[in-house]
Amino acid sequence: MSKPRTLYEKIWDAHVVERRPDGTCLIYIDRHLIHEVTSPQAFEGLRLAGRKVRRPDLTLAVPDHNLPTTPRRDAQGQRIPIADPQSAQQLAALERNAPEFGVRLIGDADLEQGIVHVVGPEQGFTLPGTTLVCGDSHTSSHGALGALAFGIGTSEVEHVLATQTLLLKQSKTMEVVVEGELGFGVTAKDVALAICGRIGTAGGTGYVMEYRGSVFRDMSIEGRLTVANMSIEAGARSGLFAPDDKTVAYLKGRPLTPKGAAWDAAVAYWKTLHSDEGATFDKSIVIDAADIVPNVTWGTSPEDVVPVTGVVPDPASFADASKRAAAQKSLDYMGLTAGQRMEDVAVEHIFIGSCTNSRIEDLRAAAALLKGKHVASGIKQALVVPGSGLVKQQAEAEGLDRIFLAAGFEWREPGCSACLGMNPDKVPAGERCASTSNRNFMGRQGPGSRTHLVSPAMAAAAAITGHLTDVRELLNEKRGEVVA
Amino acid sequence: MEKLTVVEGRAYPFGMKNVDTDIVIPAHWLKTISRTGLGKGAFEVLRKEPGNVFDAPEYAGSPILIAGDNFGCGSSREHAAWALADLGIKVVIAPSFSDIFSGNAFKNGILTVVLPQEAIDRLMEVARTDPIHVDLEQQTVTTRFQDRFAFEIDPFRKHCLLGGLDEIGLTLGQADAIGQFEAKDAGVRPWLVPAVA
Repeated sequence: MSKPRTLYEKIWDAHVVERRPDGTCLIYIDRHLIHEVTSPQAFEGLRLAGRKVRRPDLTLAVPDHNLPTTPRRDAQGQRIPIADPQSAQQLAALERNAPEFGVRLIGDADLEQGIVHVVGPEQGFTLPGTTLVCGDSHTSSHGALGALAFGIGTSEVEHVLATQTLLLKQSKTMEVVVEGELGFGVTAKDVALAICGRIGTAGGTGYVMEYRGSVFRDMSIEGRLTVANMSIEAGARSGLFAPDDKTVAYLKGRPLTPKGAAWDAAVAYWKTLHSDEGATFDKSIVIDAADIVPNVTWGTSPEDVVPVTGVVPDPASFADASKRAAAQKSLDYMGLTAGQRMEDVAVEHIFIGSCTNSRIEDLRAAAALLKGKHVASGIKQALVVPGSGLVKQQAEAEGLDRIFLAAGFEWREPGCSACLGMNPDKVPAGERCASTSNRNFMGRQGPGSRTHLVSPAMAAAAAITGHLTDVRELLNEKRGEVVA
Repeated sequence: MEKLTVVEGRAYPFGMKNVDTDIVIPAHWLKTISRTGLGKGAFEVLRKEPGNVFDAPEYAGSPILIAGDNFGCGSSREHAAWALADLGIKVVIAPSFSDIFSGNAFKNGILTVVLPQEAIDRLMEVARTDPIHVDLEQQTVTTRFQDRFAFEIDPFRKHCLLGGLDEIGLTLGQADAIGQFEAKDAGVRPWLVPAVA
């Protein structure tokens, strides 16, 4: 009998083209997603070297980072020019490069357009057991469906375009086990933040994570996408979920999934994709679901996590001198003082969107709280940016857009938007945003912007009260209303 | 790619921990469609602070950067490596690097050297007054004060950096093996090619 293997090892072994004596492997890449920011220099490199794309059929291009989230076509169907000439230039480069190299492009005004990590699963381009790459660190998202998915740099994008392979060393394996049941008002985002807080942003460096345990088994595919998305915030390039019946049900019938006999063959293959009994992980992290509460970040790193009911930590409380200095720098940047209650922190901006939290379940969770409510008077801008045109369409069919608009939110076109402010959606310097995105880095949402990472429901709660708020209080009120 | 064998010169005594690639190069610099010219945006936010090492005349044009733990975490943007290369940096020395960043650096001819924190502390001290010597062939970092720190590097990366080799060209030499893999795999996973949309 062969040695028990982890899910990661099974996928790895199935993709080795060549193994070198030093352990480096040439790994076959099954799926390549392209967007406009990290691909122009790669296509340029191919052009200069006279090289072709080896497998355009395994490649899919979607613009997302630079697109304005305001309407892109006028009433006559003509493109509304993009104000920023550099954004326009990057988009034009993708629109030129994709057809020139035979790659399918989902265009800026297509219904299927959206954030590349929302589009991949939604279209069924992402499949279990595949290797999937994209020039974007949040490619880890696709691990929710059991794909070995990771972000790459532009040189690697060019390498994959030219050869459909990457030279890689096998990573170590880490299981992240969360057992039990999530408490009232606790979401997948809170779990992801809890993991970042627990192991730190370098905790997963060099590892591929596998999410195991009852919480992840019970989690919806969309929740798993949120968790896998933030694997990279804990340092891991990839985070895997073993495909199960939910995965198969989610994928069935999506446009790019196999059909007929090929589907049956695929499902049979996917059923073999789980860590074997007795397989060992290099590291194991175990978290009790009962310990996870609605979380917020206080600093400028995704590991700076506290319960929303907690306080801003005192830099002096950190054991290591460099951490104390970093914490003080974060507090200065964030305009917070040690000991301040997180619930007393007022926000001026709300952002519901990003590849972490812009899918239909995220919008439903926020809308459920916002129904019949209005954003607080101190809120200067509240944005909802659906992850794709299809998410937007679904939300509109359910009337969610009307709930958001009535509550004082703006209802936008799909894209990356204020997660990183490459398009016009930014948080001004010194202002504070409760954001469902993934990074609270200095200047991430615009120069000088201050970000607090939260779940969609927590973002909605902050919108209603004007400050960071324990969503469970509002959920209890809602319960009361229903009963009354 | 330019060959990298020995790098000697002043080093920026930076030392900051958990430097994410948003700090190395903020998002608004990512709108270029070229690999060059990003040095101007490197560490833009930190350079607003008076007395920062990047604008101190004694370090101008230093080929070496000394940083803290977990350098290059966050976004996969290769622009971070391009920005450092454009600044003239050929070697980054730190206790640890993010996986994505160290791959990107290597592909742009930048050597990432992992050394323990004690060595970093010592090099930070030397860097304030004197040059640092990095020898890739010998895998050592040395100073004129007889400091000598040995480092590990992946043999393939070392080979490519020393020879200035183009990785894509090397892999294209394996086209037959890739074709054979595809042919065999089509039997194992006949469902792999996406349905035509």
